Amino acid sequence: MEKFLQLTLTGLTNGAILSLVALGFVLIYKASDVLNFAQGDFMVVGAFITYGLIVQVGLPWPAGILLAVIFAVLMGVTIERLILRPMIGEPIISVIMVTIGLSSLLRAFVSAIWGTTGRAFPAFLPSDPVNVLGATIGADRLIAIGLVAVLFALFTLFFRYNREGVAMRATADDQQAALSMGISVKRVFAIAWSIAAVTAVLAGIIVANIVGVSLAISFIGLTVFPVVILGGLDSIPGAVVGGVIIGLLQAYMAGYTPSYLALSTVIPFIVLLLILMVKPYGLFGEERIERV
Amino acid sequence: MLSLNNIEVIYNDVILVLKGMSMAVPQGKIVALLGSNGAGKSTTLKAISGLLKPEDGEVTDGSIVFEDTEIQDLDAADIVRRGIFQVMEGRRVFEHLSTEENLIAGGYTRKDRQAAKRDMQQVYEYFPRLADRRHQTAGYLSGGEQQMLAIGRALMARPQLIMLDEPSLGLAPLLVREIFGIIQRINEEQGTTILLVEQNARLALDVADYAYIMENGRIVLDGTPQTLKDNADVREFYLGLNEVGARKSYRDVKHYKRRKRWLS
Ligand SMILES: Nc1ncnc2c1ncn2[C@@H]1O[C@H](COP(=O)(O)OP(=O)(O)O)[C@@H](O)[C@H]1O
Ligand SMILES: [Mg+2]
Repeated sequence: MEKFLQLTLTGLTNGAILSLVALGFVLIYKASDVLNFAQGDFMVVGAFITYGLIVQVGLPWPAGILLAVIFAVLMGVTIERLILRPMIGEPIISVIMVTIGLSSLLRAFVSAIWGTTGRAFPAFLPSDPVNVLGATIGADRLIAIGLVAVLFALFTLFFRYNREGVAMRATADDQQAALSMGISVKRVFAIAWSIAAVTAVLAGIIVANIVGVSLAISFIGLTVFPVVILGGLDSIPGAVVGGVIIGLLQAYMAGYTPSYLALSTVIPFIVLLLILMVKPYGLFGEERIERV
Repeated sequence: MLSLNNIEVIYNDVILVLKGMSMAVPQGKIVALLGSNGAGKSTTLKAISGLLKPEDGEVTDGSIVFEDTEIQDLDAADIVRRGIFQVMEGRRVFEHLSTEENLIAGGYTRKDRQAAKRDMQQVYEYFPRLADRRHQTAGYLSGGEQQMLAIGRALMARPQLIMLDEPSLGLAPLLVREIFGIIQRINEEQGTTILLVEQNARLALDVADYAYIMENGRIVLDGTPQTLKDNADVREFYLGLNEVGARKSYRDVKHYKRRKRWLS
């Protein structure tokens, strides 16, 4: 029972982080129908930039994180403006290839500056063990869950009450109708990419705080595909639920199955295949009727 | 207030749809633009509102002048800010947004939040049914309510000119009467100029101050509703009335039947 609780807490932490990265993926997809294969690399870039700012430049950690977030906004806007906007109207497969190219580019950028070996991250979250109902968990992991919950609450408020948030949902619903009321679709795309970059960078920092900085962080980006397929590509609640389910499954597999089977790594992709077979639009996704 | 001078519109660089289209919409009036399916009515509205670009259409010749400014090269957001709002064909409400959120989206370009709030109350006064359903998801509204919401969204932008693309499409006659009544009220009470595109000629001629008839990408006839109602061709082709006692050959009848599809 204690082990189960322990695994559940670990799973929730991983799930929360997965949800955060998945949110950006879903936002970009909802706004512009683009599948962003560079989402995991945003995490890596964010983690390394923050590492650079805190360790190499010597900034206090709040300043380092703030600058990393500002960098994320600029990165999102720039990528949308320079790389994605010229691709508007191109076949979806070309756009996907472009984001895969972007992914390599970002990795190359990180390797060029920081090399390919991992480094210890200046942990700013306390990692003292905390007792929760008899199970122990690092405080940093608990804080991670809390942070993600707060971020999701903020985004919910943004999409419900903020004019730009409502405009983003309107654009996701009917782009031309949104244009007809003076909503700038370009601006909506830019905001979507910025939010996606910021959430990924924050997720990258949280992960780095727990496991250190390395290129391997982007592997989480791969796990995000099963998450969003499970939750539904166009569903924000789906991103949360999908993230938590996959996170928990990974933790239970790691705890209850022999490690040589590597089931905790494989399980997301088994789920991916199953869901594609039985419910291709995911748990919360909308079945789209293609109009010609 | 608005004039189209010999405009030409081409889709995908090759399909010529408007061929020297000219018309004028005077301040404070209701102007109807009539014509059969495919005549180019929606294209005309999109040319004015800047919505051609996303469909790969382009105004290649002529000018569109709104309040002394040429607007044919401006983008859609700019045109909304200048005071022209197009209510697109087929209502196009944001299905996953609530009624109220749809209205908020309609007021996207507004700077003054307080005034926008008052306008929302005004919309609910015109359309009490929307007030009852303000928190309901727009996708679940009835067709008539969605059309009301589409018009309400336009009011939220406080435009000088509202362009309505076939607001009667697919609605029951009684509902259409109600909606047209409110369009008239908006015109009278707010002084909003209306450009009304309709296939339902009879209805449109009842509310309009002036009407244009378009065919095949250009205006073929224009006049006051009364002169148009008296015109023999209009009576036959657009109102479905025959000259009393006139004998029709079979070919004419067939012709008439084919045309009848777009009559009410
Ligand atoms: N996006 C488009 N691309 C190519 N041709 C179009 C497009 N939209 C409309 N057309 C063509 O332009 C003509 C006029 O269409 P439209 O303006 O929608 O007519 P109406 O609104 O009077 O029914 C039609 O022949 C239609 O096929
Ligand atoms: Mg039309």
